Amino acid sequence: MSNLLTTSIGRKLLMSVSGLFLILFLFVHLFLNSFLLLDGVFGFERGQMFNAGVHFMGTNPLIKIIEPVLAIGFIVHIIYSLILTVQNMKARGPQAYASGKKTTGIEFASQNMLVLGIVIASFLAVHIINFYMKMKGFIAWEAGEVEFPFLGNMAKGEDAYSLVNATFKVLPIVILYVVGSVALAFHLSHGFWSGFQTIGWNNKTWMPRLKCIGNIVAILIGGGFAVIAIAQYLFF
Amino acid sequence: MEKTINLTLKVWRQNGPREKGRFETYKVSNISIDSSFLEMMDILNEQLISENKEPVAFDHDCREGICGMCSLYINGRPHGPDDDVTTCQLHMRKFQDGQTVTIEPWRSAAFPVIKDLIVNRSAFDQIIAAGGYVSVSTGGVPDANAIPIPKVDADESMDAASCIGCGACVAACKNGSAMLFVSAKVSHLALLPQGRVEGARRAKAMVAKMDELGFGNCTNTGACEVECPKNISLSNIARLNREFLSAKLKD
Amino acid sequence: MSKLNARIPEGPLAQKWTNYKDHQKLVNPANKRKLDVIVVGTGLAGGAAAASLGEMGFNVKNFTIQDSPRRAHSIAAQGGINAAKNYPNDGDSVFRLFYDTIKGGDYRAREANVHRLAEVSNNIIDQCVAQGVPFAREYGGLLDNRSFGGAQVSRTFYAKGQTGQQLLLGAYQALMRQVNAGTVKMYTRTELVDIVIVDGKARGIIARDLVTGELQRHFGHAVVLATGGYGNTFFLSTNAMGSNGSAAIKAYHKGAMFANPCYAQIHPTCIPVHGEFQSKLTLMSESLRNDGRIWVPKKKEDAEAIRAGKMKPTQIAEEDRDYYLERRYPAFGNLVPRDVASRAAKERCDAGYGVGATGLAVYLDFKSAIERLGQKTIEARYGNLFQMYYKIVDENPYETPMMIYPAIHYTMGGIWVDYELQTTIPGLFAAGEANFSDHGANRLGASALMQGLADGYFVLPYTIQNYLADDIRTPRMTGNEPEFVEAEKAVKARFEKLMNIKGKRSVDSLHKELGLVMWDFVGMGRTKEGLEHAIQRIAEIKKEFWSNVRIPGNITGMNIELEKASRLADFIEIGNLMARDALKREESCGGHFREEYQTEEGEALRQDDKFAYVGCWEYKGENAEPELHKEELVYEAVKMVQRNYK
Repeated sequence: MSNLLTTSIGRKLLMSVSGLFLILFLFVHLFLNSFLLLDGVFGFERGQMFNAGVHFMGTNPLIKIIEPVLAIGFIVHIIYSLILTVQNMKARGPQAYASGKKTTGIEFASQNMLVLGIVIASFLAVHIINFYMKMKGFIAWEAGEVEFPFLGNMAKGEDAYSLVNATFKVLPIVILYVVGSVALAFHLSHGFWSGFQTIGWNNKTWMPRLKCIGNIVAILIGGGFAVIAIAQYLFF
Repeated sequence: MEKTINLTLKVWRQNGPREKGRFETYKVSNISIDSSFLEMMDILNEQLISENKEPVAFDHDCREGICGMCSLYINGRPHGPDDDVTTCQLHMRKFQDGQTVTIEPWRSAAFPVIKDLIVNRSAFDQIIAAGGYVSVSTGGVPDANAIPIPKVDADESMDAASCIGCGACVAACKNGSAMLFVSAKVSHLALLPQGRVEGARRAKAMVAKMDELGFGNCTNTGACEVECPKNISLSNIARLNREFLSAKLKD
Repeated sequence: MSKLNARIPEGPLAQKWTNYKDHQKLVNPANKRKLDVIVVGTGLAGGAAAASLGEMGFNVKNFTIQDSPRRAHSIAAQGGINAAKNYPNDGDSVFRLFYDTIKGGDYRAREANVHRLAEVSNNIIDQCVAQGVPFAREYGGLLDNRSFGGAQVSRTFYAKGQTGQQLLLGAYQALMRQVNAGTVKMYTRTELVDIVIVDGKARGIIARDLVTGELQRHFGHAVVLATGGYGNTFFLSTNAMGSNGSAAIKAYHKGAMFANPCYAQIHPTCIPVHGEFQSKLTLMSESLRNDGRIWVPKKKEDAEAIRAGKMKPTQIAEEDRDYYLERRYPAFGNLVPRDVASRAAKERCDAGYGVGATGLAVYLDFKSAIERLGQKTIEARYGNLFQMYYKIVDENPYETPMMIYPAIHYTMGGIWVDYELQTTIPGLFAAGEANFSDHGANRLGASALMQGLADGYFVLPYTIQNYLADDIRTPRMTGNEPEFVEAEKAVKARFEKLMNIKGKRSVDSLHKELGLVMWDFVGMGRTKEGLEHAIQRIAEIKKEFWSNVRIPGNITGMNIELEKASRLADFIEIGNLMARDALKREESCGGHFREEYQTEEGEALRQDDKFAYVGCWEYKGENAEPELHKEELVYEAVKMVQRNYK
């Protein structure tokens, strides 16, 4: 057990577990984002659901604990991807094939996880500057104050919704978010089943099932984020 | 009646392990499309010998797709442009008249070139030596029918055991990983009660040796499975991961 | 005659092996470590022997010309391995397996050896299962059997169509376990180029590193040759490209006798030759004859139309097909022994009924089996073979019948050994196909794997101790003894001679020439005139080779043409021996068919009164004729009768 991380499969396990954990986070994130579109459905006023959600996330002690864990998840996933890539390049050897690689029938994503990962990470940086840094007060912004009557005791908080809405009114940013979401979708289309494969939770029967679920997850998450950004731009 | 084609060959030539290699271009003509790829190489070599040049060295032996000796990376694919075959089973009907064919050795840090298209695959033997067996000595074993084995397990074990150790999986892998090879052996033995006994020990020892020899990390890309002439399934890798991790967790 | 003592143990046939083991000399564990054994070859016999000897504690050096022990050509055996387990309850027994093997070998094998083979056959299956060989199983979890040629019981164990592969991997894994344990040292890409004799005993070998070209001296208290057969003398055969008879020839040159060289098995079901560029012939497992039916058109005009490409086999009506094996041999039908099936195919083709572009092919048809069992079942049984056929021929055998024709497959002849598998040189042993021992004049299907593993796991590891027990005080040699130095010098001179010929002919062109002579005159049908002609032609080829072969490159480093040339020089010697032996054996038996000696129905006609012996050839020098010695075959348990598969 002790030297698990010195083995190839052990290092892959870290990638897998951190990746699957990040997928969980993405689902929570997407759930919250969906509030951006749902006010009307549940009879709330503009931004109420989302602001309440942000407020809940910002004040809940459990989230305070999870937040650093999440950060570690990201860092581990990124650092180990780099370590593994360097090792793999070394294993491949210095001489590339002159006739290239013409193997057919393999997923695009599976061959480009690092590139997709870099796109996602770059997007992530922009994303953090756009929202996280502001909401956490690292970057100043004009936060209006709103009330959350339905949370009881007349809690008050920032009007995060306006920030989001304003951001998504800028077309280049929306495009950037769509690109990021698509990269994320591709990343997950391979990452999801690959994560299970690495843990060992896969076999001949489950291989097609996991790939199918992985594709659904990818479309749900990638598509979800993209649709929200576009909808905000067009309809809100 | 017999159809023939002419080809331009770009062949990797390298005199020795430490020497610099280069591509040489040769032309071969009137190659019957019914001949195998290696027979085409034989014709090229006869041509070279007649010009008093050294023939191209390439590994081959059984020429019926089972010994695993032949290799060759042909036009971007290990074992060339056909599925489920070794290079010796590849036939010239898969090529067009006038085509340029690039022929390279397996490329992987763990498979250094010995000469021309021949690489050293002894790393595979070392991995097997590390634990790819059932530790029984000759004699003193129970009757063959003493332990019934479910047919599905025996069949799946056989599928994994059909690996010929050619190294196409490593050659195809963008990470130079040997996981398909290792997982095939681990699966073959783990699926049988006889091999189950030392399953944990085997998985740990073989993975450790694989890592030590400088093979890359699997990213489940699946090129190995596509290029495997014997159709070894990627699901074996999941089994290897399972075997290995559960063995490690028990330590 | 004293040179040929078979050393068959006393006692009744069924007790001989037990008696032998009860009384043989053994080596104690502490002494085993002090004894070096050289094993050349890593196939079923060599690999199994090296592994077993290593497990016992001997210090083993194991040599292979390939890059890995797993490449040995045993791997290509498809159909199965025989054993007298009688699991299917169809009346099999050790005696019946013994009897079938003797009969299948046309009464030219040594009774005691064959009985021992049948006895240990069951241990082999047990051993392989324990090693994790994934034999085919029934739904109940027990082992499945199939039937094979020359037997009326189902006694063949199999692993898909890759039985040889699985058995070899079992032996290979056992071997690698010993490599890991340090008892076996592996020398890959290393070829035996001579055997070193010290004081009349085999004490080592000279080996050539095929990567560097360097010569090495290796000492062993005993040397085991498990180097396979010499079928590649014919250039085209089902053997691997690297399979060669050089070790056997080196042994022969050093005084070991070469037994029954003319017994070469022609396998009836191979993919036919289709061009002069062809480099090898691919076998389609004999197991296919379980479900496939062999036929040619009944009408000559149909056969001609097919040859001209005007007609397809599927267009020929059932009543216009001649299922000639079923017609001639109703009792065994398509499952007659290999020699019988091969000759029958040749007979039909010679008579003008052959199919395929060349007219040298017959059909192997699965139509009725697919109708009876469904395509799924056929696919499960033979899927990989059908795929292999499709890849080579580009025709789908599920829809159109396969075309097959006989090809050289296995050599029953080989280095003469006694009951202990020891050659006429003390300390030099031969196992597996390399020796002549157990198959007589014809080997039954699924028996080669049985013999290779029997020799390697269960016979040699015992019998070699009987020799080594007297050697425990012999110290290791350094390799600097004059015998080693001399042997290396001679080898070096020979390689230099080859390099210095600098002629015009490529090795392969000469080998093909030899192969054609062999196939035409020393092949399926032999005659006195043909054989005499062959001997003369082989002498001419030899002269041409030694004066006009061209080997580009250098003597150092990897030089594939030099390797091939060295082996071809030895094939030429073997070809000569085969022709001589065939000429001398004025009878037809098993794989040796002299056209002068056949029954009215065209079956092989033995001459038991004159030729019930093992023909052993002794080397008498470069320019002298070899001398024939005879080991008389005495049959106590079975009566010699004309084989009858009708």
